[in-house]
Amino acid sequence: MYELIRGPLLWIGFIGFFGGLLYRFVTMARLAKRERVVLPTFSARFGLRSLAHWLVPFGGANMRRRPAYTLLSWAFHIGVLVTPLFVMGHAVLWQEAWGFRWWSLPAGLADAMSLVVVGVCLFFIVRRLIRPEVRNVSYPSDFVLALVVMAPFLTGFIAHRQWLPYEPMIIIHGLSGVLGLLVLPWTRLVHMMWFVFTRAFMGSEFGAVRHSRDW
Amino acid sequence: MADLEDRQVVDPGIDESIAGLTPDRIERTINRVLTEETGARLQAYLQTCVHCGLCAEACQSYISRDKDPDYAPVAKVKDTLWEMVKRKGKVDGEFLHNAARIAYIDCGACRRCSMYCPFGIDISYMIMTVRRILNLLGVVPQYLQDTTNSHAATMNQMWVQQDDWIDTLMWQEEDARSELAGARIPLDREGAEIMYSVIGPEPKILAQLIANMAIIFKVAGADWTMPSTDGWDNSNMAMYSGDFETMGRVERLHWERASELRVKRVVMGECGHAYRGAVYDGPRWLGWTKPPIPMVHAVEYYYELISSGRIRIARKIEEPVTVQDPCNIVRGRGLHDKLRYVVNAICADFRDMDPRYEHNYCCQAGGGLINCGPPWKRSRMKSNRVKADQIRDTGAHTVITPCHNCHSGIEDIIGFYKLGCHVSFISELLVKTIEMPDA
Ligand code: SF4
Ligand code: SF4
Repeated sequence: MYELIRGPLLWIGFIGFFGGLLYRFVTMARLAKRERVVLPTFSARFGLRSLAHWLVPFGGANMRRRPAYTLLSWAFHIGVLVTPLFVMGHAVLWQEAWGFRWWSLPAGLADAMSLVVVGVCLFFIVRRLIRPEVRNVSYPSDFVLALVVMAPFLTGFIAHRQWLPYEPMIIIHGLSGVLGLLVLPWTRLVHMMWFVFTRAFMGSEFGAVRHSRDW
Repeated sequence: MADLEDRQVVDPGIDESIAGLTPDRIERTINRVLTEETGARLQAYLQTCVHCGLCAEACQSYISRDKDPDYAPVAKVKDTLWEMVKRKGKVDGEFLHNAARIAYIDCGACRRCSMYCPFGIDISYMIMTVRRILNLLGVVPQYLQDTTNSHAATMNQMWVQQDDWIDTLMWQEEDARSELAGARIPLDREGAEIMYSVIGPEPKILAQLIANMAIIFKVAGADWTMPSTDGWDNSNMAMYSGDFETMGRVERLHWERASELRVKRVVMGECGHAYRGAVYDGPRWLGWTKPPIPMVHAVEYYYELISSGRIRIARKIEEPVTVQDPCNIVRGRGLHDKLRYVVNAICADFRDMDPRYEHNYCCQAGGGLINCGPPWKRSRMKSNRVKADQIRDTGAHTVITPCHNCHSGIEDIIGFYKLGCHVSFISELLVKTIEMPDA
């Protein structure tokens, strides 16, 4: 079972993930051909200026207004992106699959980052429940997605610590990871890809066309 | 929960139009706009929004209504466009009634929320898409539709007839001459450097602003002209009612008139939405990336005149003033520094609002809101308590508003919240403070 997951299933996950993103990108690019406003407006300089402001914590007014949220959300996103790539256990997988050595995180740090991801997912869920303006626009899928993101980090952490029997835990971990990869392109998690474009467009609109700032 | 009083407002432009719709027409219209008139931009926004609510505190209506979640920007899209997409256009009259109130009354299309959403999602664009759908269904607040009809029939916003227009200009020329000998309003002078254009309400209800400008041009020694025929009006309420065909006709005629006069640039009066229509929305609808002739907003022009020394300030206004940053020329053009330069040049005691610049709150009158007329006035007032607080905090006696919508909207707010101050255009202060040639 474990072999199945780290072999074919993982491949399915990757192919589904990159294939899905590619498909979404191509269909969007096709649709964008008709777009008369976005493309002529696009400016690399102002697009990047806006992205820079919004990627750096506290680079925008709204981020400064809510420091706790900013830090949590920033740590969360770093954790989600960095941990899976560099955690020791995965580095071994990369090496076995492609034969190259990969940089890896110290085990303690990786554990801490996983915990941050899990903790912030819980925070997102609680925030969704208690803040009226967020609850008002929350759908069941929003909660499910938070759990989908949380699952591989929680199970990976538990497996690593061997709090529960390792073998079943690592299987669940693998399955949830693959599930996450597969659903990402088809859900709101696709903001991972689109945010670069939406932000850069707004940056171009504000900067290049309207001579103002959007942060 | 959206305001009970607002939900009960009767507006024939909305209610009577809805009564005449069939489910089939509603469905076809919505789906047509969603598939044929929108594309990648809308799809990206719909797919990217993570329902985080971070945009909520950007909106003056949300803040002013004690953080009622229904007034958060994202909620306005959820209750209109998201549902239309989800139900594939199968929505009923009650839904449309609600959607019309949200799209036409609760959102001023000010784009402040795009600066608060981490992804820069353009809520205002989505609300305008809802207005487009409603317009194609004929569901538009009656007063707003009337101004759009006026644009379509007379090519100006206020049903001003040709003879009235010329008559008003001649009358204003006389007024200007009584203040300053030799002031003129030159009509149709081909090859002049500047064409001056104004919004329809100026000749109708604020004609003295045209005389003010004649005085300023005279003092500056400007080479200018105004068109005697249609195309003189740079305003565009069709842009806000969702009648983009009429919007395009209005903008095209304005630019055609300027081309015929072979002017080097168009200077426009103190208005924000007119700037937006002439420089962004109009040209884009017509397939241009920018206007064919440079458009200079009055604030920019005053800045040019004062900073170059072409007009000099003889005395300053002493009483405390503050300034309303109009969304369409500040968030929409970055004119905030020039605006402050001009205000500081003519006023001794300038007090800034907080927040300011791009972060200033909308007046809740632009975006077509004030043109929705008296039935919706109370709603506008309730949606902008925060503006009243902002003004009160400055302690200013005068709120300078270089935009017609801001001017009327803030005047309403001052009355409603009994702030005891008044509003003023820059030109009104300029004619009181500039050094006249013979003085
Ligand atoms: S009024 Fe302005 S801030 Fe509020 S939702 Fe509309 S565009 Fe956003
Ligand atoms: S529009 Fe932006 S800030 Fe508002 S809920 Fe969507 S993602 Fe969040």
